[in-house]
Amino acid sequence: MIHSLFLAKEKAGDPENVAPVLQTPHHYLISIYRDKLFFVSVTQTEVPPLFVIEFLHRVADTFQDYFGECSESVIKDNTVTVYELLEEMLDNGFPLATESNVLKEMIRPPTILRSVVNTLTGGSNVGGTLPTGQLSNVPWRRVGVKYTNNEAYFDVIEEIDAILDKSGTTVFAEIQGVIEACVKLSGMPDLTLSFMNPRLLDDVSFHPCVRFKRWESERVLSFIPPDGNFRLLSYHVSSQNLVAIPVYVKQNISFLETGSCGRLDITIGPKQTMGKMVESLMVTIPMPKSVLNVNLIATQGTYTFDLSTKVLLWDIGKLNPQKLPNLRGSLSVQPGAPKPEENPSINIDLKIQQLAISGLKVSRLDMYGEKYKPFKGVKYVTKAGKFQVRT
Amino acid sequence: MNGGLSSLRSEAAGAMRTVLVSAESLQLTLKPELTQEEQALTQSGRKAKEAHTAGNEDLKEMLESNKESLKLEAMKRIVQLISKGKKSSDLFPAVVKNVASKNIELKKLVYVYLVRYAEEQQDLALLSISTFQRALKDPNQFIRASALRVLSSIRVPIIVPIMMLAIKEAASDLSPYVRKTSAHAIQKLYSLDADQKEHLIEVIEKLLKDKSTLVAGSVVMAFEEVCPDRIDLIHKNYRKLCNLLVDVEEWGQVVIINMLTRYARTQFTSPWKEDAVFDDNEKAFYDSDSEEKQGQKEAKPYIMDPDHRLLLRNTKPLLQSRNTAVVMAVAQLYWHLAPKHEVSIVTKSLVRLLRSHREVQYVVLENIATMSIQRKGMFEPYMKSFYVRSTDATHIKTLKLEILTNLANEANISTILREFQTYVKSQDKAFAAATIQAIGRCATNISEVTDTCLNGLVLLLSNRDETVVAESVVVIKKLLQTQPTQHSDIIKHMAKLFDNITVPMARASILWLMGEYCERVPKIAPDVLRKMAKSFTSEEDIVKLQTVNLAAKLYLTNSKQTKLLTQYILNLGKYDQNYDIRDRTRFIRQLIVPNEKSGTLNKYARRILLASKPAPVLESAFKGQLGQTPLPWTNEMDRDRFQLGTLSHSLNVKAAGYQELSDWPAVAPDPSVRNVEVIEPVREWAPSVGKAKQPKSDDKFYSDDEEKEEEGSGSGSEDSSSSSSGSSSSSEESGSESEEESSEESGKTSSDSGKSSSGSEASSSESEPEQKKKKRTKKATQRKSKQSAADSDSDENGSGPVGKTSSSSAESSSESDSEEDSDVDSPPPPSPPQKKTVAKTKPKVEVKTKKEVSLLDLDDFSPAPPSAPKSSVFSSSLLSDLEGLSLSNVSSAMQVTTPSFGPVKTYELLHHMTGKGFSAKYHFPRQPCLYQPSMVAVQVILTNSSDHSLEEIHIGDRSPASLNIHCFNTVERLEPGASVTVSMGIDFSDSTQAANFQLCTKEDQFSVSIQPAVGELLMPSTMTEPDFCNEQKKLMGMNETSASITMATANTSKQNISKQVLSVANVGVVSSGQNDLQRFAGRTVSSGALVLVTLELREASTALLTINTEKSVMASMLLRDLKQALSQS
Repeated sequence: MIHSLFLAKEKAGDPENVAPVLQTPHHYLISIYRDKLFFVSVTQTEVPPLFVIEFLHRVADTFQDYFGECSESVIKDNTVTVYELLEEMLDNGFPLATESNVLKEMIRPPTILRSVVNTLTGGSNVGGTLPTGQLSNVPWRRVGVKYTNNEAYFDVIEEIDAILDKSGTTVFAEIQGVIEACVKLSGMPDLTLSFMNPRLLDDVSFHPCVRFKRWESERVLSFIPPDGNFRLLSYHVSSQNLVAIPVYVKQNISFLETGSCGRLDITIGPKQTMGKMVESLMVTIPMPKSVLNVNLIATQGTYTFDLSTKVLLWDIGKLNPQKLPNLRGSLSVQPGAPKPEENPSINIDLKIQQLAISGLKVSRLDMYGEKYKPFKGVKYVTKAGKFQVRT
Repeated sequence: MNGGLSSLRSEAAGAMRTVLVSAESLQLTLKPELTQEEQALTQSGRKAKEAHTAGNEDLKEMLESNKESLKLEAMKRIVQLISKGKKSSDLFPAVVKNVASKNIELKKLVYVYLVRYAEEQQDLALLSISTFQRALKDPNQFIRASALRVLSSIRVPIIVPIMMLAIKEAASDLSPYVRKTSAHAIQKLYSLDADQKEHLIEVIEKLLKDKSTLVAGSVVMAFEEVCPDRIDLIHKNYRKLCNLLVDVEEWGQVVIINMLTRYARTQFTSPWKEDAVFDDNEKAFYDSDSEEKQGQKEAKPYIMDPDHRLLLRNTKPLLQSRNTAVVMAVAQLYWHLAPKHEVSIVTKSLVRLLRSHREVQYVVLENIATMSIQRKGMFEPYMKSFYVRSTDATHIKTLKLEILTNLANEANISTILREFQTYVKSQDKAFAAATIQAIGRCATNISEVTDTCLNGLVLLLSNRDETVVAESVVVIKKLLQTQPTQHSDIIKHMAKLFDNITVPMARASILWLMGEYCERVPKIAPDVLRKMAKSFTSEEDIVKLQTVNLAAKLYLTNSKQTKLLTQYILNLGKYDQNYDIRDRTRFIRQLIVPNEKSGTLNKYARRILLASKPAPVLESAFKGQLGQTPLPWTNEMDRDRFQLGTLSHSLNVKAAGYQELSDWPAVAPDPSVRNVEVIEPVREWAPSVGKAKQPKSDDKFYSDDEEKEEEGSGSGSEDSSSSSSGSSSSSEESGSESEEESSEESGKTSSDSGKSSSGSEASSSESEPEQKKKKRTKKATQRKSKQSAADSDSDENGSGPVGKTSSSSAESSSESDSEEDSDVDSPPPPSPPQKKTVAKTKPKVEVKTKKEVSLLDLDDFSPAPPSAPKSSVFSSSLLSDLEGLSLSNVSSAMQVTTPSFGPVKTYELLHHMTGKGFSAKYHFPRQPCLYQPSMVAVQVILTNSSDHSLEEIHIGDRSPASLNIHCFNTVERLEPGASVTVSMGIDFSDSTQAANFQLCTKEDQFSVSIQPAVGELLMPSTMTEPDFCNEQKKLMGMNETSASITMATANTSKQNISKQVLSVANVGVVSSGQNDLQRFAGRTVSSGALVLVTLELREASTALLTINTEKSVMASMLLRDLKQALSQS
């Protein structure tokens, strides 16, 4: 039955193209593909596919969380922990404990130090008691948390999804944001986070800790936070606001009608950056299969061309408004191959620190329920999400 | 390439291990053959087996040693062996001994081993049972639970009675965690021994009553597994489950929501009746007498069961869950259970899920595709979220394309077609082909663009890619077939291209077209046949067949020219290698060439071959088949027969264990079965929501009088005032229950009053002990009565002599009253950001104000159908909700109307005062007009704010009579409160002279006029800077108008300037290298004359504005408008 998955994969060519839900003569396969690994679940009866897909992603998230990465070798090296984890996460096909806080209380993540200590003392990395969170009405938080430095950090991260057409006109643009929190506070703090302009948030989804009623009535986030890192909120900025596009792209990619070459000329410049520096600028262009090689000169940064995947990657770095980065040169095309029908689209990656492009601002964070004074911090970052320029 | 593949393969083989780990732990199919397959796959493992049995010896020693650390190490190695698929069952006795170990980790690993091998080594497994039995009595709940977990996972039939006993005990354990475990154990025992069903159902029944949120999800899962048909077990727990739902863990939520969806479909009546939305406000102001008659005349109006409403309300917040499965579960619940107008609240959340992982996207898009077939409007505002990116996986692309095609309508088709143009050029040829099919579907569905699409497809015929050409030919063939009358030129064009087309399917299609319409192309068809005769032998089979066909058809219509050719081709066919072609040739010859043997059939040859063929249907793959889709679900059956979000829906195949969603019952079963003795405080107000929407039915009964009073229709008559005291007391006492009676009553129309009255008595006695609730109810009743007093006042003023005819005016007067009231009573709503928003919000506010007072105590935010018009006091929460509503509303409208990201101004066409409640607004969408290039596209929003539906809205006389207008299709019917957007085209012939025409309804005619601003008569034109300069040089002197302007300080930035200019005129920005120069270019819509705008920034905030165009009148008007826009901020 696993064969049929591989069959499907071969048929699709790219593993990304394998349909997540497959039918085999006696079973149904629901799979996810992540970090070059397939996670497959097998079922014989009706089940909501998203239920399984969501769970598989949680499993992968947990591995990532425990082992730092989720790769084949890491899973092979940690089979015992993997077994132990799956044992706690599932009972008879029904998800049991999927909260990372709860799991970490039962099975401690492997560290080099601990494994050394354990071998010497015969100690174990499996907790002996029922995790406190499991039974309380705040299952995401364990009791008895203690820190000497009490701190709470919030990262407002916004991503611009956009499609620009040839002339630079925006075909589609929207902003998606998340607030990632890192909360290290003792005891049972009750936090309230409020925004200067909450009306910007159009559609939101919360970590289970957020009190929905308070949000509905007052537009503030009130919650008892989990311990450590978690995603507090993800949101969509209402589409009636115009989306600022931070960079413009001047491009000219052409293939000659006859002969085996083409030309490429790309310049990137700042557009609406709100006076901030554009960093980690990166341009990815999946070239048509008939392109054999490229011969380019970049005025800034370096470019690489992957001969097997035909992906041109131009790593620019910081965008200097005085001296715009430019990449130009010739493309060599397989002789005899027809001229590519469509020019490749340009994908752009970038980062702007200290700016939330939607203008969202946190106004204050209050803490109730504990006496100490926590250290608080908010950081804003804007990134390019699925930012595509059609050519 | 090959190397790459094999490395991929080995990587996948490694991944498979993981796969097996997770698959196996899911235990959905923990079967022995899994191991075999696994071993077959890893043959190297098998070879090394010998070596390992030796290795197992030292493991055994380690296990038998005294040191915990050694044992633990051994167990870890054993688990590793298991994970590699190597056999270690010979270690069973040594491992089992450690089951009683104190070390928790060791113990857990032993459990892993035990669960895996117990079925193989049943006798030995029994050794461990006594340890578990002891552990079940352990004071630590954790140990009790894990003992039960492992015990129930050991699949040994002998211990079934022990398991049964353990489950029963655990089900009444004090710890909810242990009870949860027992719920899981139920399913395991059931799969081991189905004979235990009856006993297990008893346990399920008991656990269903459990109030812990921990247990709820697990027990419902057990219920679904063991006895999904025992819906009667749910009755008493229904309300509890609804109320607990928010606090249940996320996985439990999914299971519970799915179960409750099924439950609701068996217990409540359909909310989808057409009159459900409108019936209540019509009758609200009748006095009780006429109302009674009305009630009898009308077939029972729909009243939502309060429990039904409870479910909808309690699931709504879960749309905000981070768990995609929960969001999908709520979405399908709304889709299957909510009244039609409420379903759209799930849209936004579903669109949000598209940001998630690829697999999630896939499943969500599948569901959206099904939804968008039935309800276009739901997703139309989010159309752009379905635009395809070149990086999307193929199946995601195809699904997005599918959805875009479903969403296409008159208003947005031009945007969609432009988007499709990009897709056609995609490097992914399968996707490009799918796009062409999609264009074909749009062309058949929307008659306005059929020609545009056809022309576009004809252009594609010259494409370099064969698959694109082939697909285009096939689609054109289908399109021409649907309307063959006026397309002989396209057929001619195809004949010209014929020589260059090599794809067999395309060639065959063209030949078929020639034959079918040979009478329309009498000169070309024989020539094509001549060419084919030459190349016949080298053609593909499918082309040969069509050549024979063409020859036969031509022989029948034009035998003089083609007789010889036909005979030649038939001779070639006779000796073809392919027997199909030989057969066909023989058949055709007999049919068309008369000889002595052929009988009467010959006479009918013409009628047989040239019969008019039915056109093929181009429709969604989600409804039926769509040519050749690359997707696996080209199935004959409709996908929407399955419940959304299910595996069956995803595969379009009925999966094992799929529970059909039943149809709504015609008559709701007795709702009182859901009554329970103990009432949760949360629920107390639930039923009044239903009340809010309750239209009056026959009033034989006091609870109905109460409704009437609430509706404000009593208007102080003696009868209602006397009943009001009675009813208020009843509402005080019975809270929720009295409501059920009344709904039950209306459900059955003439239910025996005896029964329901006794029911209400019982319920009043039930709720008596609840002091707190009583108090709150009282407060509300007081407010209610105050309210009704106010209402009756307004009634008396507004409509003294209430008659049927004047009832509508009475209603509207009180409506305006209520608006005033709300202004006074509520804190003023924060001013919306734009002026337009105000207009947009208003109708919404009205709807809200119409709601019952009791709603406010409820925090119910769901947009309910409007009931009797009533003034109301806004609670702050309700108000904030309104903000949210208005925001989302506007945003959606904006999205539809502004494809370019410029602002859009809306103008009034017909005010509702002059239009007797019928109002119209228009704006210029700034899209090229579909109907004629010289027309300006105008979108008109027709709104019916009167109290009766308007019929046959269309455009009547126009002046000047020569005015060229493309009218919108007649709107058959516009319900009160509804609005519809239609698009039309007007040829202003480049003048700002107003277009006057009449907007007609069935009864009335209103003269209206559209006066375009000069900027709207332009179309953006894209050109490069040098081109611009060249053109500008040609338009000097007479054709140049310029002025120096002083700009407002806010406007000096480049971005703001272009924003202002674009808001005034529909021009395109010409990118420029100079910082102080800004250029815009456009063409007039009718004559296509160039209009060039240049803005040269000078020092301070002055600038020189120059316009070059041959239309000097337009230039001066445009100059004036721009000047105005730029000088004011």
